[in-house]
Amino acid sequence: MKYVFDFAWLGQYWPVLLKGIGITIELIAVGAVLGVALGIFCAWARALGPGWLRPAITAYVELIRNTPFLIQLFFIFFGLPSLGLQMSELQAANLAMIVNLGAYSCEIIRAGIQATPRGQFEAGASLAMSPIQTFRYVILVPSLQRIWPALSSQIVIVMLGSAVVSQIAAEDLTFAANFIQSRTFRAFEAYFVSTAIYLLLAIALRQVLAAAGLLIFPRRMRR
Amino acid sequence: MSLIEITEVRKSFGANEVLKGINLDVEPGEVIAIIGKSGSGKSTLLRCINGLENIDSGSISVAGAQLQPDEIHLKALRLKVGMIFQQFNLFPHLTAGGNVMLSQMVVKKTAKPEAEAMAHKMLERVGLAHKFDAYPDELSGGQQQRVAIARALAMQPIALLCDEITSALDPELVSEVLAVVRELAAEGMTLLMVTHEMKFARDVCSRVVFMHQGRAHEIGPPDAVFSNPKTPELKQFLGML
Ligand SMILES: Nc1ncnc2c1ncn2[C@@H]1O[C@H](COP(=O)(O)OP(=O)(O)OP(=O)(O)O)[C@@H](O)[C@H]1O
Ligand SMILES: [Mg+2]
Repeated sequence: MKYVFDFAWLGQYWPVLLKGIGITIELIAVGAVLGVALGIFCAWARALGPGWLRPAITAYVELIRNTPFLIQLFFIFFGLPSLGLQMSELQAANLAMIVNLGAYSCEIIRAGIQATPRGQFEAGASLAMSPIQTFRYVILVPSLQRIWPALSSQIVIVMLGSAVVSQIAAEDLTFAANFIQSRTFRAFEAYFVSTAIYLLLAIALRQVLAAAGLLIFPRRMRR
Repeated sequence: MSLIEITEVRKSFGANEVLKGINLDVEPGEVIAIIGKSGSGKSTLLRCINGLENIDSGSISVAGAQLQPDEIHLKALRLKVGMIFQQFNLFPHLTAGGNVMLSQMVVKKTAKPEAEAMAHKMLERVGLAHKFDAYPDELSGGQQQRVAIARALAMQPIALLCDEITSALDPELVSEVLAVVRELAAEGMTLLMVTHEMKFARDVCSRVVFMHQGRAHEIGPPDAVFSNPKTPELKQFLGML
């Protein structure tokens, strides 16, 4: 068996690839920022929030963590329009990633909050801070620092999982690879190139997250 | 009217009644030592005064601020009475200066330059002006506790609650913290401190409260309490030391 590699199509199709990379990066940037923000809110609500809010958050988290991402995506893109919520492919993909990461990061961040020594809450309270102020200024940053490696891994997992959005024709990197493959019939090369790009993106993302960690958390904590 | 008025305070954890009707009035500038066996309710009493624990009955007020379980009343109360803990409880992600500045900015909405100036002043007062930019894990236990004192002072409380603030320290670090407390007492700060430092209590305090099984079993000036205990429980407690 002899296979002749042919990457000549790159000359013609690199703009398609580039656009796919751009969209994948956009998806992960928006998904990570808003997903983690949602996760912080849900973690607060589940660990410290008012009693009436907790069951709703728990239901959301369990629903997302126990169903496939692809189905969540289909539900948002094909299901929600019947409720009158029309979205573009890209909007649906963004929303699905935010909702998905929100649920997973909620549980990770909650673990960080729950590992906080009780004295931190009491110190905040005794300085006349409200529970919300104590959470925002005292509890949150060290909690995120505790779980930052786990959270970073989850963000990378979601980034890699984003390949699935090509299924609703959101034009991400996987969509681009599929498109090139269907035009050139160079399946091996098309997926080889896209695999390599995902790998590089994942490595770059980890670097960015590590750098963000150094920025947000100015110090290593001993405790 | 006394500065701190504690009247018939009762507190239970489940079936365990920890405070069985405490009465104590503290005048401005008084320094009160609370002594007693482990489990006698000393910490619980202090924690009730600034609302870290809810009381079941009775009343507590500090400079007119009544203890009520809602957020507004708690804030008013806690602005009048600061607390210092055995375990320091500094915020690990903030420098010493940041620790002292935070609540001024968040609670009192003090502008950053003023909060910073106040932090410098308070750290100076506890002899740590040069550690403004150090993080808690770069400080010794004694230094951390002094930062915690500066942090409480920066809110300009009328009274301070100190719960065994030297118990977590190595023996050689105890004196630097006690020196700060002694100075505060001399400046007229009202202090309620749970302590095992009997010599310090004797030297500095105006009154000593001996807690026993959830009651203020014996109260009096240090000379009377230490040299002339009236109840057998206090005699036994002092003999145990
Ligand atoms: N959060 C809590 N839940 C249940 N029981 C508690 C709680 N806090 C304290 N207690 C109980 O209340 C009693 C008094 O505790 P407290 O901490 O006030 O004692 P203490 O006099 O400060 O003792 P120590 O000298 O050991 O610090 C103890 O029996 C303790 O087990
Ligand atoms: Mg105690």
